[in-house]
Amino acid sequence: MDLAQTYELWRQLMLDGEAQWWQTLFVRFYQAFLENDRWQQYLEGVGVTLLVTAMALAIGVALGVLVAVIRTAHDQQRPGRPRNPLLGLVNAVCQVYVTVIRGTPMMVQILIMGMVIFKSSRNFTVVGALTLGINSGAYVAEIIRGGLMSLDVGQSEAGRSLGLNYLDTMRFIVVPQAFKAILPSLGNEFIVLLKDTSMISIIGGQEMVYFARNIVNRTFDAMFPLLGAAVIYLILVLIFSWLQGKLERRLRQSDRR
Amino acid sequence: MIDVKHLSKSFGDNLVLDDISEHIYPGEKVVIIGPSGSGKSTFLRCLNLLETPTKGSITFQGQEITDPRCDIDKIRQQMGMVFQHFNLFPNMTIRRNITLAPVRTKLMSQGEADDTATALLKRVGLLEKADAYPAQLSGGQKQRIAIVRALAMKPKVMLFDEPTSALDPEMVGEVLEVMKELADEGMTMVVVTHEMGFAREVGTRVLFMDGGHILEQNEPHAFFANPREPRTIEFLSKVL
Repeated sequence: MDLAQTYELWRQLMLDGEAQWWQTLFVRFYQAFLENDRWQQYLEGVGVTLLVTAMALAIGVALGVLVAVIRTAHDQQRPGRPRNPLLGLVNAVCQVYVTVIRGTPMMVQILIMGMVIFKSSRNFTVVGALTLGINSGAYVAEIIRGGLMSLDVGQSEAGRSLGLNYLDTMRFIVVPQAFKAILPSLGNEFIVLLKDTSMISIIGGQEMVYFARNIVNRTFDAMFPLLGAAVIYLILVLIFSWLQGKLERRLRQSDRR
Repeated sequence: MIDVKHLSKSFGDNLVLDDISEHIYPGEKVVIIGPSGSGKSTFLRCLNLLETPTKGSITFQGQEITDPRCDIDKIRQQMGMVFQHFNLFPNMTIRRNITLAPVRTKLMSQGEADDTATALLKRVGLLEKADAYPAQLSGGQKQRIAIVRALAMKPKVMLFDEPTSALDPEMVGEVLEVMKELADEGMTMVVVTHEMGFAREVGTRVLFMDGGHILEQNEPHAFFANPREPRTIEFLSKVL
């Protein structure tokens, strides 16, 4: 007797009110994942979730690095010399960006992007990814800025005293060390981003939660689809935490004594 | 070689260097001593513009380096600097610490830089550490590497900012030994230090700084035997 037949049999028992609790559980599980090959929808959702995360991450890191470098360069101008007015203007823009993004809820940002700014767009998933990227950029910028500032100034002084220019000093000395220092926070931000992709379903972004809720609407049973989604997120996070740990151990190579 | 004219430096309202004029000649080993907060480190750091002077000018080999149009990176390539806290790059091996600057500034090819590093490391007895990371070295070894790293750029002058102040007492000797050898080879050196023995033995001129001024200077034997200023006498009575 295969699963489909068992399902039919036990479902009948359930409708007649004669099923055992574990038979009911099986029926609900079957409806959530196996009926009409619904598991494929979860997989499709995972794919979109990962894709949106990757897009948002790329946008976030690009924006974050840009903002962090501008703000650090502005703050580290030599005192006593005339300040660069263009840098001052760009720095002000960056500050407004970080303040606004960090000061408003992600949910509101997604709704504004989906229903006001891009209200004629049908490509909800891309709009969602863009919103997440812009949001993440503000946090990544602060993480990177913290990393750049935490490094002993002696390191960049040593680089400059050898005659290396500003960019080479950043590239070979400051950035690699700052990156190692901020990797735990960056990994944390990545995990937050991965989970926050679930929010784009409110503007119709078709990721995992979107499909899970569709299934809930079909089967009138929320437990297994939502638990399933939760388990999948947990597994994804565990995989990325493990990868992050590996990378950290590799970067710590130079610390061994 | 280095000509300093009317150099002043203040941090906010705090005047650290007050109208200093001084000349450093090729081959000299100038030792700067003085109490903490006297401005000696700031003076040294002004010489390669790690600190930007508030007033005055500094000329290195005929080129005014305080001129904003001056390419300071080119000047710094000819001035080695050794720091109190070594400031080795912890993310690189010793060899790469040494070869990074010569290669990136196009002074040498990677091959030439590697050969230079090998020769210099051999000289300070640390060749077997070439592929180690700075965290694996003792303080004295780190400072010897820091000196070697500066020397790899083939500088015309070496600036030392309290090179032995952060070391365990038993490691001071090995660093001073390297500096003495360097002095014997004729390198122009400016050294901020609290090592009076080194000042006496290696220095060709001792500057005593206090309150942002150079209060007194002399050839070392005369300086330590017959200090003239009351402040110098007081300082020396405390440290000797």
